[in-house]
Amino acid sequence: MSDLLERLRHYIGVLPATFMIVVFMLAPLTIIFVYSFLTPGDYGGVKFEFSTEAYTQLLFQKNLFDEVEFDTSYLTIAFRSIWVATVAVLGSLALGFPAAYYIAQQPESRRNTLLLLITIPFWTNLLIRTYCWILVLRDTGLINNLLIGLGLTDEPITMLYTEGAIALGLVYTYVPFMVLPIYAALERLDKRLIEASRDLYANRWTTLRHVTLPLASPGIVAGAILVFIPALGAFIAPDLLGGGKKLMLGSLVQLQFSAARDWPFGSALTMVIMSVVLICLLLFAVNQRRNEGGFQH
Amino acid sequence: MSFNRKTLLGLASAGLGLTATIASADGELQLYNWTDYTSPELIEKFETETGISVTVDTYDSGETLLAKLQSGAAGYDIAIPTHNFVPILISEGLVQPINASELEGYDRIVPNLASPWWDEGNVYSIPWHWGTTSFTVDTAVYSGDVDDYDVIFNPPEELAGQIAMFKSPDEVITMAQVALGLPFCSEDPNEMQQVLDLLMGQKPHVKTYNSDGILERLVSGDVSVHQNWNGYSLLARKEKPSLQYAFPEEGVVAWADSLVVPKGAPNYDNAITFIEFMLEPENIAIQSNSSGYANGVTGSEAFMDEGLKDAAELSPPEGTPLKFIESCSPKAVELQNRVWTALLK
Repeated sequence: MSDLLERLRHYIGVLPATFMIVVFMLAPLTIIFVYSFLTPGDYGGVKFEFSTEAYTQLLFQKNLFDEVEFDTSYLTIAFRSIWVATVAVLGSLALGFPAAYYIAQQPESRRNTLLLLITIPFWTNLLIRTYCWILVLRDTGLINNLLIGLGLTDEPITMLYTEGAIALGLVYTYVPFMVLPIYAALERLDKRLIEASRDLYANRWTTLRHVTLPLASPGIVAGAILVFIPALGAFIAPDLLGGGKKLMLGSLVQLQFSAARDWPFGSALTMVIMSVVLICLLLFAVNQRRNEGGFQH
Repeated sequence: MSFNRKTLLGLASAGLGLTATIASADGELQLYNWTDYTSPELIEKFETETGISVTVDTYDSGETLLAKLQSGAAGYDIAIPTHNFVPILISEGLVQPINASELEGYDRIVPNLASPWWDEGNVYSIPWHWGTTSFTVDTAVYSGDVDDYDVIFNPPEELAGQIAMFKSPDEVITMAQVALGLPFCSEDPNEMQQVLDLLMGQKPHVKTYNSDGILERLVSGDVSVHQNWNGYSLLARKEKPSLQYAFPEEGVVAWADSLVVPKGAPNYDNAITFIEFMLEPENIAIQSNSSGYANGVTGSEAFMDEGLKDAAELSPPEGTPLKFIESCSPKAVELQNRVWTALLK
């Protein structure tokens, strides 16, 4: 009897998790998967006729004259998004690692204050924060007005609507996702290992390379994943700061569910993006395991 | 108490999009309208006069409205689509008849918007605002003639790189079609190739494709030419007098937004009350004063602000054709989509 109760309690315990996985993940995924194999309806929506058109469309496009030809438009857009996401990861790492290292070195009371400061930008809506960058960067914006006012330049320097502005916007948005996991890794770091390294006459650079960085690597990998995935689908920064002159994967998917009225293609794109992200994650995981194996020897 | 409920409803619909799950209660109206397109003063007046509390939810494109109504989980009592979407909503069975000709105040609709081609006999809709889509030029930067599509598609040196376009395939493509003298909703690849060539030639001079923040970009001088609606251009000029709305001789894109009642509206009677309310000249004038667009109700001029009635933006010069956009076939939409992807890939 008590055994049964115990079991029941066990099932009830996992119920919320099961509910979450089924309702928020499996069900929507199934719908997207099924839609990606249907035919687009005339005015949006889908017709229940099987078709693989949505997937062939990724590489083979009809041109305006209805001739089917190999088309790299969507590949170009995909590689652009991957490139932008990679830049966001590298930028966040360059800024985030030193910041996390600094915070981890502080006395405990001050650490919490600093961590709080890192999370403060999240209290404001992303759209508003991105708009603020427009005010700062544009030709008639803060920086250019300052430079012209100081007589350093006559003509405004174009900063807004450039790829640099996109990178800046993404790094700014996602750098906290990099700082927090790296901080968590560094905080747990055994200080005696660093002392030992110094005792063995390793200079700061060698210590960083051979002791600190390897020990922080789980945090770095976690941070890289947390930045890469949302940056891959980002479209607020590319649209607002980049001027929306070049499509990103995120806006391409959004377009299919609105003006293009091609829900199956939007669904197929989503499936492909998810597969790519999954493959990247698997590669990370395999790599990680290999690294951990290395330490044990 | 009623304040609390209203606040909760507002929060629920704005934050979670849960309007559909809110059961219909007495004295409510769910209004679904374009962003920045509902006068708060108007809603306040309606609530005071009728005791019906209104919740406003907004969308940014006709396609969003269509998708939302198609999903079936809408729960709106009034929606305000552009005229070319009205036949689609009717044929897809997403709106219900209101038999407007039997409503009080129907005879006040101006003749050229009564019983239009998109809804003959006004079975499903009445007009809200009508207006045009063209572009706004800062005459402080460019002193030449602005009434010319070359100013935006093939700009003179002082305007190169100073141009902003909407981020919406149909609005960008329809304007290109008017400039080229081509018909809307073309299914002819050669014509669409011409459109693509024109837009590709323009792209190096375009600073941004964006349908939000138009006013701000124009007033701050971030751009000197912006594709624009006439009402928005008027609002921008009030803040920066050097801005001028263009009426090229080839004509301008024209549209009329309509009030419709979606199928399954939880508060049908209140929706009808709202429609009759909007046919009162005084009420629609409040809306016009707020948005800067003309309306389709006779006698509303008497209640309109000075500066709106005779605004240049609202009065196309004699002989400028108004080209009302059409409902495109799936084939035409597919061609537009290919042009857009090729333009922005």
